[in-house]
Amino acid sequence: MTATADKAATEAVETVTLTIDGTEVTVPKGTLIIRAAEQVGIEIPRFCDHPALKPAGACRQCLVDVASPAGPEGKLRAFPKPQASCTMTVTEGMVVNTQHTSEEADRAQKGVMELLLVNHPLDCPVCDKGGECPLQNQAMSHGRPESRFVDVKRVFEKPLPLSSEILLDRERCVLCQRCTRFSKEIAGDAFIDLQNRGAQQQIGTFDEDVLDFDGYRPVGAAAVDEAGKAFSSYYSGNTVQICPVGALTSAAYRFRSRPFDLVSSPSIAEHDSSCAAIRIDHRRGQVLRRLADNDPVVNEDWITDKDRFAFAWQNLSDRLTRPLVRKDGALVETSWPEALAAAAAGIKAATAADEDGAALGAAVLTGGRVTLEDAYAYQKLARVVLGTNDVDSRARSASDEEQAFLGTQVAGTGLGVTFGELEKAPVVVLVGFEAEDEGGVVFLRLRKSLGRQQVVSVAPYLSRGSEKLGATLVPAVPGREATALAELPEDVREALAQPGAVIVLGERAAEAAGTFVAANELAASTGARLAWIPRRAGERGAVEAGALPGLLPGGRSAASKGARESVAQAWGVPSLPSAKGRSTDAIIEAAAEGGIGALIVGGVSASDLTGDVATAFERTPFVVSLEVRRSEIAESADVVLPVAPPSEKSGTFVNWEGRLRSFATAIRTDAMSDHRVLDLLAREWGVALGTGTVEAVNAEIAALGAAADAERPAAPKARAAGKARTKKGTAVLATWHQLVDEGALQEGEPYLAGTGRVAVARMSQATADAIGAAASVAVSTESGTIELPVVVTDMVDGVVWVPAKSPGSWVARELRATAGAVVTVKGAA
Amino acid sequence: MTDLVPVLSATWGAEKSWSLDTYTEAGGYAPLKKALGMEPGDIIQAVKDSGLRGRGGAGFPTGMKWGFLPPDDGGPRYLVVNADESEPGTCKDIPTMMSAPHQLIEGVAITSFAIGCNHAFIYLRGEVVHVYRRLLQAVREAYEAGHLGKDIHGSGFDLDVTVHAGAGAYICGEETALLDSLEGRRGQPRLKPPFPAVAGLYARPTVVNNVESVASVPAIVDRGVEWFTAMGTERSKGMGLFSLSGHVTRPGQYEAPLGITLRELLEMAGGIREGHELKFWTPGGSSTPIFTQDHLDTPLDYESVGAAGSMLGTRALQIFDETTCVVRAVTRWTEFYKHESCGKCTPCREGTYWLTQILKRVEGGRGTEADIQQLLDTCDSIAGRSFCALGDGATSSIISSVKLFREEYEAHVEQGGCPFDHSAAALFDYSETPATEEAHA
Amino acid sequence: MTYDETTLAQLTEDAAAIIARYPVKRSALLPMLHLVQSVDGFVSPDGIQFCAEQLDLTAAEVSAVATFYTQYKRRPNGEYQVGVCTNTLCAVMGGDRIWDELSEHVGVGHDETTEDGKITLERLECNAACDYAPVMMVNWEFFDNQTPESAKQVVDDLRAGKDVAPSRGPAKVCGFKEVSRVLAGFEDGRADEDQGAGAATLAGLETAKGQGWKEGSK
Repeated sequence: MTATADKAATEAVETVTLTIDGTEVTVPKGTLIIRAAEQVGIEIPRFCDHPALKPAGACRQCLVDVASPAGPEGKLRAFPKPQASCTMTVTEGMVVNTQHTSEEADRAQKGVMELLLVNHPLDCPVCDKGGECPLQNQAMSHGRPESRFVDVKRVFEKPLPLSSEILLDRERCVLCQRCTRFSKEIAGDAFIDLQNRGAQQQIGTFDEDVLDFDGYRPVGAAAVDEAGKAFSSYYSGNTVQICPVGALTSAAYRFRSRPFDLVSSPSIAEHDSSCAAIRIDHRRGQVLRRLADNDPVVNEDWITDKDRFAFAWQNLSDRLTRPLVRKDGALVETSWPEALAAAAAGIKAATAADEDGAALGAAVLTGGRVTLEDAYAYQKLARVVLGTNDVDSRARSASDEEQAFLGTQVAGTGLGVTFGELEKAPVVVLVGFEAEDEGGVVFLRLRKSLGRQQVVSVAPYLSRGSEKLGATLVPAVPGREATALAELPEDVREALAQPGAVIVLGERAAEAAGTFVAANELAASTGARLAWIPRRAGERGAVEAGALPGLLPGGRSAASKGARESVAQAWGVPSLPSAKGRSTDAIIEAAAEGGIGALIVGGVSASDLTGDVATAFERTPFVVSLEVRRSEIAESADVVLPVAPPSEKSGTFVNWEGRLRSFATAIRTDAMSDHRVLDLLAREWGVALGTGTVEAVNAEIAALGAAADAERPAAPKARAAGKARTKKGTAVLATWHQLVDEGALQEGEPYLAGTGRVAVARMSQATADAIGAAASVAVSTESGTIELPVVVTDMVDGVVWVPAKSPGSWVARELRATAGAVVTVKGAA
Repeated sequence: MTDLVPVLSATWGAEKSWSLDTYTEAGGYAPLKKALGMEPGDIIQAVKDSGLRGRGGAGFPTGMKWGFLPPDDGGPRYLVVNADESEPGTCKDIPTMMSAPHQLIEGVAITSFAIGCNHAFIYLRGEVVHVYRRLLQAVREAYEAGHLGKDIHGSGFDLDVTVHAGAGAYICGEETALLDSLEGRRGQPRLKPPFPAVAGLYARPTVVNNVESVASVPAIVDRGVEWFTAMGTERSKGMGLFSLSGHVTRPGQYEAPLGITLRELLEMAGGIREGHELKFWTPGGSSTPIFTQDHLDTPLDYESVGAAGSMLGTRALQIFDETTCVVRAVTRWTEFYKHESCGKCTPCREGTYWLTQILKRVEGGRGTEADIQQLLDTCDSIAGRSFCALGDGATSSIISSVKLFREEYEAHVEQGGCPFDHSAAALFDYSETPATEEAHA
Repeated sequence: MTYDETTLAQLTEDAAAIIARYPVKRSALLPMLHLVQSVDGFVSPDGIQFCAEQLDLTAAEVSAVATFYTQYKRRPNGEYQVGVCTNTLCAVMGGDRIWDELSEHVGVGHDETTEDGKITLERLECNAACDYAPVMMVNWEFFDNQTPESAKQVVDDLRAGKDVAPSRGPAKVCGFKEVSRVLAGFEDGRADEDQGAGAATLAGLETAKGQGWKEGSK
């Protein structure tokens, strides 16, 4: 394919010129015939071929006639038999004749098509793929109108659940092996493979019933390992999309629609900071499915199962469409004018000065899921209308050190390390970041370079995702990552000195004091570049927008007088608040002590916060909730303002690269974005917030631009945490979110939930022995206990890892602790 | 009249023929010592000059194959012996390894030395356990006698040999499928290029050779190129094991120069069984187009057989007399291909499935005239379209038998059944009772 | 995993020996499946799991291999695997008849095992003994030039617990598990046992000797 402009200048690409169906085409050396044909608009039928997978040559549908110059005179010599165009690379002077210009090729293709249909069932009327099926399409264009097969087709019982989400209809399978090749080559999850031989050959997991093995008893270990279910892969949904027939279907979509009923809208996934390109397919205002959109720069052809399947949350039975106001203790539907007036009145009253002149302030919690425009509106409302810097988007562990880092090295820096650069990096060190569980398609991109790239994981143990990347472990007790970085093995340090080396900091770096300082030192001394990859889709955008207590838009420090003045001027207000703002945790703590007058809350899940959330909301006189769903926080609010879910709005997410990911409204409803609602709310104070439209907000952000160095925060400063004091019966807590877990945005999708990994507690053998743990363990703090089965893992001693929000293991809510905390561990029955 | 030339089979009748002692007494391992004193390049040249062609069916010049190995890059290169003999009618490698395993071991040692291989593998089909015992023992004896292992006979050359048992798959006789199987995978053929010489076992340069090819190397080294080239024809040099089976009086292994004819071999073997006459036969196993009485004088060398419309293959001469129903024979071969099809490519997987059903109907008297044409049409969609030669092999007997015995197919259609008495073809007496049709695996 | 400690220890030791023969450990999979068969009498789900763990493969990858090759049995196999070749040449020479009569005599069909657990019948593909057609294999030892009577006799003798000698091979046919262990690459000391090379094998040699043809002369 054509290289990008700058690449062409630096790399001289060797080309080859050949003729296809009489048309001359020039392509880079090493191009497959089938790709070269596409360049000149010639479509050769195919099934097993896929541009992102290594050639297989299995289906034989793409047969073409090839002649190549041979011998000393370069005379054209025809190959004696037709060749598979998906496995043969072009050579200079080659002459290719496809089905358009060669009878032999046409006959060969028709023959293969007829054979493919020999055992293919007549399922079209009941098959999901009908209407968008490459087999249907190519049978129509390259097949015979009638089949001459009058004998018996081979049959299989169907469908077979490969996992709770993926179903297999074996009769439909044409054995192109795209699914097994994707699983093995791209995702590294060889949970499905070809089984049996010949005409009985089929795709499958090891299922002793299906394969007719005699088991003495159900073999739990063979069928379901501790990593989850049979087809245990976070990327399994991609196989449904690339399956050229209806053999692989998703349980969530099966039988629900025909593709010609659907409207496809390109969009951006809202689930992680990669912000993958997706296609939303909807019908009559309802989203029926989501597919991966091709985006060579970000997610290529793939998305995670979460991106693909977790969209039910946007329209569950608790969806809010009308504003609610609390009257006589109960939330009652009202009109917008009434609700906005009530909200403003309530906030004003709650923050009014009392007879002594003391006043409680307001605080704004945006959550990390909001778009760039929404985040901008929230922080502008906080500063301009509510007169406070108490605004934070981080519904997770956070630190001032992290904020300083974000303000100095992330905000307003544009595009940083990119996916492409990550792929090409000779070495990648991951700190407080699990590529598969927390990075989604970042994992796939790293895996592309397996064998050509050194991956180092600074973590308590090598997770399965890290193993699949061939990573080596730099063991670190949670909270002590800074020390681990300072004491990196010499060979890793040396590797980091190579050009293109990258250090990835996850959002969990904020849980370990001194990590950013240490990372900066490491980067400075080795020349490696830093990339910050948070978990949620709105995190980077919130940083850019200044939705952090210490940051104004563009990376300006809220503590800088000059920054405050220039922003105030741009906003046309006299001044911006100068009092130091507080983080989410501090705000919640203050609120629980009755120290906050009014809380304005966006998309925040109470169960993600470690503070005493219930008391905080109880003791705060006035709470306004902007929500999609009638959540726990909405239920305790005084005014609830409904906002649009991603499918029903336009906006921009900023991904971890710093890349703007804009998306347009897929489904038109009268739901309003947060930034529009806040714009209306601000009018109650007579303030023209200027955040009514996406365009207006983007114009303001552009006008503000990035901060000058002088206006940015001071460089991060923090001391590395010392060793945690653990005594007998305690351990240091390690935890992170599994990709598929009980996160709020995954609610309402049981098929996806069924593919989540089984929640287990991990500890080393020594640790398990020390506490006498046998089959399961109880992990507890003063606040609560989590009991999980134990899996002895090769990891640092004195640490126990549990998943952050999996069934039976909600760390924030139950333990009210974060990674690095000391917890009590006791063996349970 | 061509003489038989017992070379590989010379010691098969000796007392404890398989033992190292017997082999050594007959001059065994002297060629190895001679070879170790030669330049590896010279050994390769000698094999090239001898004109030895792969005895596993394809007939590719062995020396040329060795010559395709890239220059030494410091990494390992492998010799893999294809002992997966499973082509119907082929039964020469099994007796070779049963009766004279050291013949093969010595060949492995010399070949490995010539190509720079320090770890050779023998991939034996799993369904012949006593052969496996003999090979394991022979390898052990060879180690003990210093013919294998470290610094063999002070030459500085190290060689390890692993004897590996397969587990029942004809397709593993295809060299790239064999390599995948040896790597612990399903035996499905690989894309070529890259060819095994460049990227074979474990993606390293590899030579895959048939048992008989490798076992012929010691004799070439010992007796010289001229001796070898004195036998055979201009382009098919040397001797080979001709396996006669079926309706012949004395079936068995007949080692002869390439170019001998079936007429000559039949004479040595006591002719077709008493009271019967030759109807059809395969020159090189079930994957080769069938021959008839018309081809009794076709010299059995690669060129002549090719010119006559078939392939020399493995010299697996299955002899069928007039009591044999061609349709029955072809149907059973087709069922074999269907059973053994690996399933990777559409034409072979679906095609053999379809062909089998048509043939069974025709054989069972439920076929139509259109079915006969359909057989040919389906073969047309397979031959030259499949991923490997198994697909092509499956079509050979069908296409050639319809061409030569179409009237027999038509008779099944017209008469609504098989006009032949199966008991007449059997080598023992019984009275024909309606055979129950049992589903094949 | 239902292997008891001793069995598991032995399996692990044997697996290590097998793996040591190859530069890349995945190559050990085929012999290890034979090893599992030598312990369980078939490829059990436990065996599949064992191989997966030893070779860092998923169970699906192991069963992909185990279901590809016909020698790996998925249900507990009989003590004697009795296979009648019904490929074309043997079938025409009488193999079909042998199969029919034997199957009726024993009372089971293809891939089925007798009640007493002694015999599993199989229709075989070409076993490379065509000059000895019709051929029967018992636990992969050669029974040449069979007739329905001889085949039935062999099977009856086996069921009666008698020692049965093959046409070419060791002194007697061993059990399915013993033979599987050999196929996993462990010698059983029987290589020197012999029933003779066989007339067909020596046919050409004898003819040459009879004619006074010396090797290499023309």
